[in-house]
Amino acid sequence: MEALIASAIAVLGGCGIYLVLRERTFTVILGLALLAIATNLFLLSMGRVAPGHAPVIEEGIELSAYVDPLPQAVVLTAIVIGFAMMAFVVVLSISAHFVTGTDHIDGGEHTQ
Amino acid sequence: MNHWIALPILLPFVSAILIEIVGRGRIAVRRGMGLASCLGTIAVGAAMVLLTRHGKVYTYALGDWEAPFGVVLVLDGLSALLVALTGVVSLFCLLYAMNRHDTRGKFFHFFIQMQVAGICGAVLTGDLFSLFVFFEIMLLSSYNLLVYTGDKQSLRAGIHYVILNLTGSVLFLVAIGTLYGVTGTLNMADMALRVSELGAEDIALVRAGALLLTVVFLLKSAILPLYLWLPNVYSSAMAPVAALFAILTKVGVYAILRVSTLIFGPEAGVAADAIEPYLLPLATLTLLLGMTGALGSTHLRKMMGYLIVASLGTMLMAMGLFTETGIASGLYYLPHSTVAIAMLFLLADLIGRQRGPEDDHLVVAHMPKQSGVLGLIFFVGAIAVAGLPPFSGFLGKMWILQASLPAPQVVIIWAVILSTSVMALVAFSRAGSLIFWKGEEPPKGEPPRGDSQMGATAFEFLPVVGLLICIVLYTAFAGPVAEFCTVTAQNLLTPSVYIEAVLGAQR
Repeated sequence: MEALIASAIAVLGGCGIYLVLRERTFTVILGLALLAIATNLFLLSMGRVAPGHAPVIEEGIELSAYVDPLPQAVVLTAIVIGFAMMAFVVVLSISAHFVTGTDHIDGGEHTQ
Repeated sequence: MNHWIALPILLPFVSAILIEIVGRGRIAVRRGMGLASCLGTIAVGAAMVLLTRHGKVYTYALGDWEAPFGVVLVLDGLSALLVALTGVVSLFCLLYAMNRHDTRGKFFHFFIQMQVAGICGAVLTGDLFSLFVFFEIMLLSSYNLLVYTGDKQSLRAGIHYVILNLTGSVLFLVAIGTLYGVTGTLNMADMALRVSELGAEDIALVRAGALLLTVVFLLKSAILPLYLWLPNVYSSAMAPVAALFAILTKVGVYAILRVSTLIFGPEAGVAADAIEPYLLPLATLTLLLGMTGALGSTHLRKMMGYLIVASLGTMLMAMGLFTETGIASGLYYLPHSTVAIAMLFLLADLIGRQRGPEDDHLVVAHMPKQSGVLGLIFFVGAIAVAGLPPFSGFLGKMWILQASLPAPQVVIIWAVILSTSVMALVAFSRAGSLIFWKGEEPPKGEPPRGDSQMGATAFEFLPVVGLLICIVLYTAFAGPVAEFCTVTAQNLLTPSVYIEAVLGAQR
């Protein structure tokens, strides 16, 4: 399970960084989205990976059969904020496309 | 209960919402409420400065959830200083914007208030994750204010700014996750304790987390190598917005100072002084490159942007010494440089408008109509920013030079600060003589171009002169302010004061 999550974060993060470094706004936004997903997975796994357990302490339950609820709360907030930011950057790049007439990240093609 | 500590966050936040509900379609109501909110923030900020001047730390547990389980607001001298400064700068930006800027689109007053709420929240919170949340509130408002006019230049700069900061937020979350994974807490005071108790097996993780956090804050405070975005972004924004942005970078400085003294100070065990060795060299190089940029700028607003970078370098050099006088002198320099640069941004707008199509381009062009008044204010502002007597810039730089005397790097610090002051002087002389000295009288009979023939009204000069008076007052009260900065610096260097105030005596 840990290896699976770790490699998922690595692949998502790697693709995200590659896409963020591209020169069109659309691919950059895709890259930011992938990076955000990788970060959320990373945050979720910070309370240690413990599948199948509830984040509730009950009478007679062992601490090994318990998962930390705080990263879940944190990741929920991070997802919401990331979502809002993503919506904003999409709208921004669309309006920039209309005003500048190009979807190049620098607002204009470089002369060759 | 210290409910009033939440006031600097709640006041602008509630005002922002009410402005849109009550003031819909009525610009006078929106303006009045915005001004009232800014004045309230100043009043609360001033009260906070007075309360914390003897080094007392106040805390407020939100929802009465005890630290470290709930989120706490912590008020110490550093937070109080930034709250007061935010109030002052936002008031004058708002006053300036009322001339023409705030009716160019929707929601201007809303975003200004949200920006103030975000800044105050970021400096007051004692929790690492809510620091992230307040950073995002602050940034989202700043994105909107930056692209407010919707012209080509600001949209182009806006895309860079937003993408850069979103990437920064990703790094911030990774840093928070790493530190939480090692320490199991998000409360900064609690984290300071846990970090000092960590064993050698966690050294790699905790130091990586510390440095990731530093990278994010260096990006916000525009320190080398992450300052390249700033001159472009600040020169594309409208004048009152750019003036308000002058304080955004200071929040980054605040965060660096807070984290490096509280969590990763010399008592932090395996993570001791994780940030310290990098700050001084980076700040020195930033100052040098920032001033070089100011010398080479082709536009007045870009020059101001580079001067912000240089001033950030100066104050972080002082703080990077991590001595009592070093941090105190940096703290004294912080409000001065913010107010002075904010004033120059507003002034650059007035100058640019009276020069016609050349705007703020540093070439020989028409003389600004009111060149006498504008030139005088420009001269005084240049003296203040370059650090010549009699203004607070001189006192601040003097104190920084004195503070660096015992440091081993004293030769480099003196050489860099003194030579960059000369460079600032040259940059200002060049800009001033191009605009005011070599300006040509417009030929008779030629129709006026744009609004270049209209002089600025008294109400447009009011915020500029107001900020100038702030600098004079700040110089006049240098004694008490310096005492306040010294007490605050002492507190920052003894993190136990902060930790005990937050966690109580149970530890």
